[in-house]
Formats: sequence, C-alpha cells, structure tokens
Amino acid sequence: MGVALSRSAQWTAAGYETGTLEITALNESILNEIIEFVEPFVYKYPQEAKFVFIEPLEWKTNLEPSAFESGYIVSETTAKSEEVDKDGEPLLLLCVPNIKVRSFGQLSQFLSFAKDNKLQEAQACIEANREPMVKILGSYYDEMTDDPPTITILDSITSDQDMHNKRKIAILLKQLDLHLLNHSLKHISEGIRLNPATFKKDIELLKRYSGKGDETVLESIDYTSDYEFSNGCRAPPWRQSQGEVCYVIVKPHDVDALCLTCSAEGVFLNGGKTEEEGEINYERQGEIYKDLVTCLKDKSPVFSENMSKHELRFSEDQQKDSDTYDKPKIEEVQSSVTSSDKSKTEKSQISFGKSPMTKRLEPSLNWRATVDYKEKGSAKDSQEEKQGKAEKSSTSVSSGRAQLLRKSGEKVEETASESSSESEEDEEPPDHRQEANADLPSEYWQIQKLVKYLKGGNQTATVIALCSMRDFNLAQETCQLAIRDVGGLEVLINLLDTDEVKCKIGSLKILKEISHNPQIRRNIVDLGGLPIMVNILDSPHKSLKCLAAETIANVAKFKRARRAVRHHGGITKLVALLDCGHHSTEPTQPSLYETRDVEVARCGAQALWSCSKSHSNKEAIRKAGGIPLLARLLKTSHEDMLIPVVGTLQECASEENYRAAIKAERIIENLVKNLNSENEQLQEHCAMAIYQCAEDEETRDLVRQHGGLKPLASLLNNTDNKERLAAVTGAIWKCSISKENVIKFREYKAIETLVGLLTDQPEEVLVNVVGALGECCQEYENRVIVRRCGGIQPLVNLLVGINQALLVNVTKAVGACAVDPESMSIIDRLDGVRLLWSLLKNPHPDVKASAAWALCPCIENAKDAGEMVRSFVGGLELVVNLLKSDNKEVLASVCAAITNIAKDQENLAVITDHGVVPLLSKLANTNNDKLRRHLAEAISRCCMWGRNRVAFGEHKAVAPLVRYLKSNDTNVHRATAQALYQLSEDADNCITMHENGAVKLLLDMVGSPDQDLQEAAAGCISNIRRLALATEKARYT
Amino acid sequence: MEQRAVKKLVESISKTVKSFKKNEIECLVRLYYSLVGKASGKLANARMDCNTFRGILHNIFGMTDDALMNRVFFVFDKDSDNHVNVQEWVNGLAVFLRGTFEEKMKFCFEVYYLTGDGYISREKIFDMLKNSLSQQSPEDENDEGIKELVDLSLKKMDYDNDGKISFADFEKAVTKDRLLLEAFGPCLPDAKICLHFEALIFRNNVTTTI
Repeated sequence: MGVALSRSAQWTAAGYETGTLEITALNESILNEIIEFVEPFVYKYPQEAKFVFIEPLEWKTNLEPSAFESGYIVSETTAKSEEVDKDGEPLLLLCVPNIKVRSFGQLSQFLSFAKDNKLQEAQACIEANREPMVKILGSYYDEMTDDPPTITILDSITSDQDMHNKRKIAILLKQLDLHLLNHSLKHISEGIRLNPATFKKDIELLKRYSGKGDETVLESIDYTSDYEFSNGCRAPPWRQSQGEVCYVIVKPHDVDALCLTCSAEGVFLNGGKTEEEGEINYERQGEIYKDLVTCLKDKSPVFSENMSKHELRFSEDQQKDSDTYDKPKIEEVQSSVTSSDKSKTEKSQISFGKSPMTKRLEPSLNWRATVDYKEKGSAKDSQEEKQGKAEKSSTSVSSGRAQLLRKSGEKVEETASESSSESEEDEEPPDHRQEANADLPSEYWQIQKLVKYLKGGNQTATVIALCSMRDFNLAQETCQLAIRDVGGLEVLINLLDTDEVKCKIGSLKILKEISHNPQIRRNIVDLGGLPIMVNILDSPHKSLKCLAAETIANVAKFKRARRAVRHHGGITKLVALLDCGHHSTEPTQPSLYETRDVEVARCGAQALWSCSKSHSNKEAIRKAGGIPLLARLLKTSHEDMLIPVVGTLQECASEENYRAAIKAERIIENLVKNLNSENEQLQEHCAMAIYQCAEDEETRDLVRQHGGLKPLASLLNNTDNKERLAAVTGAIWKCSISKENVIKFREYKAIETLVGLLTDQPEEVLVNVVGALGECCQEYENRVIVRRCGGIQPLVNLLVGINQALLVNVTKAVGACAVDPESMSIIDRLDGVRLLWSLLKNPHPDVKASAAWALCPCIENAKDAGEMVRSFVGGLELVVNLLKSDNKEVLASVCAAITNIAKDQENLAVITDHGVVPLLSKLANTNNDKLRRHLAEAISRCCMWGRNRVAFGEHKAVAPLVRYLKSNDTNVHRATAQALYQLSEDADNCITMHENGAVKLLLDMVGSPDQDLQEAAAGCISNIRRLALATEKARYT
Repeated sequence: MEQRAVKKLVESISKTVKSFKKNEIECLVRLYYSLVGKASGKLANARMDCNTFRGILHNIFGMTDDALMNRVFFVFDKDSDNHVNVQEWVNGLAVFLRGTFEEKMKFCFEVYYLTGDGYISREKIFDMLKNSLSQQSPEDENDEGIKELVDLSLKKMDYDNDGKISFADFEKAVTKDRLLLEAFGPCLPDAKICLHFEALIFRNNVTTTI
C-alpha cells in the first residue's frame, strides 16, 4: 500500500513529518478499503495473521483499555495481549494513549474493538506510520515490487515458515496496493474535468448568462484569441506546453475586467493584457482555482450572488454537457495512471521537478540566436557601465523567478521523499549579490566580457573564452560571484547540454572550481545543472565523466542537491564509475582528452562520498551494488583513491546494513591496514569507520585479529590533529567494549595515554576518551592504573559539564571507578557523589539513568554512606520521585539506587515517608527483566522497615512479583525469590502468593544451582507452609 | 588497379608509416583510389584535387569551415602540387586517426600558420576567428569583438610577448591546456567520427581479403 498511500492519498501541505490526511472523500474511501482488508484478515489468512512485524505500528489511540475483552491483560491505563512473540513481548500493547501492534491478527482484533471509531483509528495509524510496508516487512520489501530476484535470494537465505509468511504478506499487501490505486483512480477520474472541452462549455454557458442588466451573472466574457487550435486550445503553442488552454477577459458587474488563464491545473488570474501591444503577461498573479466558476465567485460578489440564482440551471446544463465529454477523459487518465504505475514514484517526481527547469534551459545549440539581445545592449565601451546595471537587474529578476520555480518544485519533492538525517550545511545562506553601485573589481568586467563570448561565440570562440576564464583565480569569491552575476552560470550549464566535448570539458573545469562556493552550489542546483551532469556520467569520454563526478562531488554538499542526484539516477551511475578499469573488454577510445580508469573511479568515489551524507543515498549506493566495488577499491594503495573510498564507507557505516556488509566483505582488514598509512586524513576516516562498525562484537574481534589495536593506541600520542584524535579515541572506545581488546590496550599503555587526554581536549574527543575509560574501568587492573595516573580528579571535574553524551560517559566512568573503595574515597573527597546526585535532576533520561547507576557503587563503597546520603538536602525525595519517570532505564537504575540507599535503616525510614512503597508497587506490572530484577531487589530491601511488608501487599505488588518467577532470567528469579521471602513474613502476602501459584514455581527454584536463589525460595516456601500449619492447627483446636 | 601494383605501393608506404598495419594501409589505398576514381573517372595516375578532398573532409569527417578545410588540404599536400597523392593521403590520415598528441599538435600548428615564417600572426588569427561571433550585429562592432577575442587568445598563448605565436608558444600553451589544441577552429575530426570511419573502412578490408 506504500505507493497508493504516498501517491493517491491527499496529505495536507503541513510538511512530511507532521502531515495529516485531509478529510476528503477519496481518503475516506481508501481508509475504508484498508479497514476492509485488515478486519477479516485473521479469518482469511490465519497463518499469516500470526506473523510478527519487523517494527510495531505505533500510534495514539482513543480506545480505552476497558474496551479490550478476553485474551487481553487489562489494567487501568494499559492493556496487552496474551498472545506473545518468541521473546515473550505482547503483540499488542496499549499504554494510554499510545498503542503498539505487531501482527495482523492483533490489528484485526483491535479494529473489532474499535467498533464505530474504526475510521479514526485507521487514519491515526496511517498518519503515524507513513511507511507501513517498511515497518511490517522491513526495508527490503518496501521496493520489492517488481524485483523477484531479491525475494528469491532472501528466501534462499532463510527458507523457514516465517519467511514464507513474510513473502505471502508482501504479496497480499502488494495486491491491496494495486486495489487501492485502482480504487482511487475511479475517484480521481470523477474529479478531473479540466480539458479544453470543459472550458469551452463553461465559457459558452457563462456567455449565455452574460450581458447588460441586473439578472445576468457577468457583463461580458471573451476569449483573447479568436483562433482555436485543432486540439481545442487557444493559447499559443509555447504556452500550451505549460498546460495552458486559453485566456479569457471577464468583465463582472462589480469589479474591473479580469484577465484569466485557463490551464489544466486550474484557473488563475494572470498579469493582464497590455494596452498597446496586446501581449498577455502570462505570469500567475493569484491562487489557482479548480474551475472558472469558483474563480469568478471568489473575485466578484455580484457574480456569486447572481450565480446562486442561476445555479441550478447552470449546473444542470453543465452536467448535460460534461456527460458527453467525460468518457474519453477517463480513459485518458486511466492509461496515464497505469503507465505511471509501472514506473516508480521517483520517476514521476523527476518529470515534476524538471518541467519548470527545462523551460528555462533551452540549450543554446544555436550559437547565434542567444547573442543578439545581449549585443543590442552592449553597444560601446563607454556605455558599459550602464549596461552592467541593466544586466544586473535582469539577472536578479531571473533568479527570483528561479526561486519561485524552485519552491514549487520542492514542495512536490518534500511530500514524496523521505527525510534525511543529515543536518550540516542545510540552512540556506542568504543570497548575497554584489550591490549594483558598489565598486566592482576589474575582474568583474573582464569576466563579463568572457561570458559575452560564451554566449555569442561559436565553438572556437567559446573554447578560447573558457580557457581564458580559467586564468582568473576561480578560488576567489569575487570571481565566483562575478561569473554568476553576469549570467555566466546559465551559459556554462547550457554548454553542458551541447554535443561539443571541448566546450563541456571547459565548462565543467570552471564549474568544478567555482562550485566550492556554497552559494554557487545552490545556484547550480536551481538552474537544473545536476541532471545534466548526471547524464554526462554516461559519456564515453572518461575525462568528461571525471569532471562531472568531481563537480557533483562539490555540488552535492547539501541535502536538496543530494536528493536531486539520487532522483536523476546519479547514484547508480556513480557506482558504475567505481567499476571502471575492470572491464578490459571495453574498447578504449583514442581521444586527446582521456584519463586513466583509476582516475574515473577516484572521481566516482569522491562524488559518492559527498552524496553518502544522506540516508536514502546510502541505501541507494548499497542497492546499486556499491559495497563490493568500494571493498575492491580499498585494496589499492593510492592515497587519493583511498580517502574518498574510506570516507564513503565511514559515512555509510552509520547504517546497520552497511556494517553487516563491511564485515562480510572483509573490509575491516583493509581499514586496519590503512590505519598505518602516512596520510592523516586517511587515518582519520579509517578510525571513524572502525568507530562506526565496532558496535558489533565480531567486528571488534576482527579489529584485534588484524592487529588494528596497536596502531590505534599509537595514534593516541599525536594530539595535534583534533579530528583524527576524535576518530581514533572513538574507535578505541568502541573496541574496548570487548574485554580481550582492553587487555591489548593495557599492553600498549593506551590507558595511561587516555588519562592524559582528559584535560585540554575538545568535547568530541573527551566524550570518546571518557567512554573508553568507562569501558576499561570495568576491570580491576585498569581501575588501579587510572587511579595511579591521577585520572579520577579530571573525571570528577567533568561531572559539571553540560554535554549530554559526555555526561552519560563520565557518570559511567566515575561509577566504574567507584567500585574500588580506594578510588571511592578519592571521589568522596572531591565531592563527586554530590555532583552525581545533582545530575539526577538533568532533563535528559539517559543522563539521569547513568547517574543513578553510578551512584550505586558509590553508596555501596563509601564510608559512612548513610550519613553521606542524608547530608544531601532533598536528595532522597528526589530519588523517590524519579520512580514516577516513564523511562524503563531510569526506573531500573533508580530502583538499584534505592536498594543501596535502603541498606541504611534511617534512610529507609526517610524514603518510606516519601512514599517509596506505593511507587514501587505501581511499577510491579512490567515485562522488562532488567527493571523486574532491580525492582524486586528494591522491594526486598524496603521490606525491612516498619509495616512496609504489609503495605506492599496492600498496594498489590505481590501477585505481579509471583509472575516474575516465570521469566527466563535467573537474576530476576533470585531477586524475586528474595523479595517474596521477605514479603512472606506477612500472612496475607502468603495467601496471595499461594493463590497465584507461587509454591509450585518456588519449588522448582529450590532445585536451582544458585545458592542464594535456593535459600530464598526455600525460606519463602517454609513461611507459607508454616502459615498453613498454623491455620490447620487453629482449625482443629 | 592491379593487385600487384597495390601490394607494391603498400609495401613502400608501410616503410614510412608505422601507425597502420599493412592491411589497413591497403584499405586506405583502395579507398583513395575509389574516391579519386569516382571523381575523375579513370583510375591510373589519379590524384586527389582540393575539391575532392574538401568533399571528403565535409562528408566523412564532418568539417564545415571552408577556409579551414583549405588549410587542412594544404597541410596534407606536403609537396604543394595542389594535389594529395596516395602517400600524402595515408600520411595525413595517420595523424588524423592515430596521431599522438605531439603529432596532432604539430599538425594543428601547421594548419594555423599555413605558410610563411612559421609564426601564427595576429592577422592570421583575426582571419581565422572572424566568423566566430554572431554576425547580426553591425560589422564594425563585430570586428571590435573579434579583435578583443584575438587579444585574449594571444594573452593566453603568446608566452614570449612578441605579438605572434611561435611553435614553442603553441606547444607550451597546448601542453598546459589541451583544450587549446584546436584553438583557432576545428581541424581534426571528432573521436567518434574517427571510430566510425575506422570501423567502416577496416571492416571492409576483412570482408574483401577473405
């Protein structure tokens, strides 16, 4: 349904992310179709209905948990299905108002519960999940449409039942998609009536009701042209290509005469007819109306009033007429839709985006035609000043128009393309143009003269001018802007569209230089330069390919440009460049302007590097088969080749798919090899790529096995190049997640060096250094090293920072150090615990959680911990209140902290007063094993005070705890058994446990190899048993 | 033409022209005679005159500028007898089709300086460029524009600032920027056309010799 949703459904213009479906008949019927598909799904395809989605569909629902019936565990604010997946997660989870659903079975169930609100729920679901196909089946299946090989390959990899279901669902969804498209087509064809015939009818009808007098709707309505073309249009042919049909001059009763354009898009007010020449100013002046009558109603109140009187008759007439004209139109629409159905969405965007551009850029194949209007103005040298001004104004006008066009083009793209993750350089800098009156540098005039030759000269003159232009310092902004301001960019781009190889080369050489300027880049994109350059990538001339790729590399530094490259198929072509030189069969063309194959591949990699900053482009590169090619190029030893290749890989490694591929293609080995290169930039990108990939354990091992740890450690000693240092420390951080790697790092004395980097480094470096130390300090020997090198002081100092990533890492590192009593005493002396505690107030949940975790060993190992904790004014209340958080990690960490705090009786009393018992009890209904474990531990500790045991029973914490015993995690078992043992001291709790079947479960636990668990389980059973005996005794005496 | 005579001719030419194989030379020789034969009607002692040659440049190699085609003819015609003979034909085509960069550079320079003292003078450049701008504007204005264009090209190529371009100047400029090879007008065939030509002519060879 992806295609139908993105194409047919009418989204509001509010932008892509927050877009909502407009309430239109079309949308409603699409939604109804979807509901009809989903609701009986469970009966029609019971097997497929159990298939678990890759990602849950999430949205905000209005449905109350109470609406759920049997088969669901329902509480006040939550409801979850009893049906669970392999991991025990429920397939439907409702936490008012958010709902997550992960199978079609549950979706159908849900719809049946929604009763009358089905439509709203379906709408909310579709709005929140813009790409349902991706969520349901994963991104592989999103575009599988007509690509059976992918499926078969996927199937051959895993040919289990799950895969079979997945494929079946993909086919079903595809069918639905087609169905929806056909369905919406019917609607659309009913809607479209704007063709020359309808206009003609409308105008004739209006004419019938026009004339003098109050009763008529208009004074007059006339065509501007009497000549009608054979296709029914009256607009001149070059305007017809814009979809314009005819122009009418309308004189309503109440307002001045209006000159309207009737086009296929609708009706709008144009610039009017000029008196003397009778020329029409075709520029659109107002909004577009759907037809003539609506337009006039809006413009003239009298028309609207009189029209309403005639309405009935008019619409009847209209109906009669339109019947005859509708039929062929429908066919036309149908054929156009079916044909576009085959091509992907992207293609239709291209034609959208391109049409305004092609109008501007008629290639000046005719060398003479373009020159005359310029030549007229240029006259003599003495008049040059004046002419400069004139030209200035003309270029600014045209650029304004370009912007307008760009906006409309962008809107189309925005709604259809996915958002990219990148942020850098995306803000559009204000277009700064040199003031007309400002003192212009002499280059300006010289460049203007050259551009004149470009415009008016033949090939020979053009080449001379292009060569001369390159003698200017094109790296200088004045020259770059001068070329643009005298209209040179347009000409240079036009030259790319000619057949002259030499002109293209010359032009690209200039564009390549000036596109280093961010403003010029944008201008090039606005002028539609990218599609042309992308086409040149197909040229048989290698040097042309190279230059085009290099220019694309410069231009594609911002989002819109990258998107344009992708939409015009540039990624595939660039990937193809990487393959150069491996097809020796291709005849080498004997030409003067040739370069080596390696150079072509290098330029391709360079362009891909620029493009790879967009998420979708990364995907496109992968799909085009770029990874194996990059892997092959990585084996070369040319530095200038390696840098863009590694740069691309490093950008792309942010994607899971790539990391897997990088592992599979044995790329790590070569990355490690290049760490030993002399080139700093190359080292940086290699380290960066390792940093991205080393999230994966196998990759970390690979880095070690290929001897990558030593060069990383030695690169730490060079601290001048901060970018490289950041990348290297990042790689070390991620690698040190594996214990074996840490041992190596200790061998290479990297830990000492890292401690030395804790001061005077930029934040990017610090984050990584501290992260690495945090990992290293998991082991005793390393903690000793850190302490001995004086690392604790700078670490504690960093606790006052504001960088969130840094704080998460620092708290972790401090927490790791605090495990040693000796280090702890230093932390205590530096007031580190107070700093950690104050981080509990940090707005970001990750920081909160990390700080709470770090507090645990602090409290455990500090001398006089109880006293210390009490000394923080309001500290305990703060901790207890954090139990109201909705972040699982925060909750688990706070529970752990509470466990430690509660070891002190006085503190336990204080937190009890702050209401820790009800808050803990409220959390009991959770599925998260980590939280369960720490929660159970906290409960077991808190039982030690007053009547807390009873209170936990009263707050219904016991029954859910019993269920924890069914978890698969022994840690959860142990903590739960201990908690239950504590709770079983109270008779009522024993009864609850017994009722919930705790005895059977506990009996199993007694057999566990874990001693603590055994003991606690046995103790609990003995308490329950003792109570039973006592009651029996009581009964018989 | 007799088979033996052709063979002999090919033998003698192949001693001087190294960039073609013998069978390729044979094809070119046959082509020469067929082209000349068409024009003059008899085969023996046929020689290619300027008109025939220009026709070939125009029809086969896609050149359009009359003045330049004349110049190319004169460069082909090494012995200045106003005819291109077989030897000159093969020699010229060797540069056209298979010439190294240096050979082509030399060829272009010869086309541009044509006759005289071995320099390309300002006047010659003006002559060659005079049609390179749009002619819709008044003549004197057009001349002005071309004069400036000549200045530009001299600025670009006249390294020793003597107001004319010597071969040393030309070599230096073209080596620095290959685009300047045909700075004063196209006098070499397009690479694509060359490929076509070779494919056509040498394929014929295969079929005829078998």
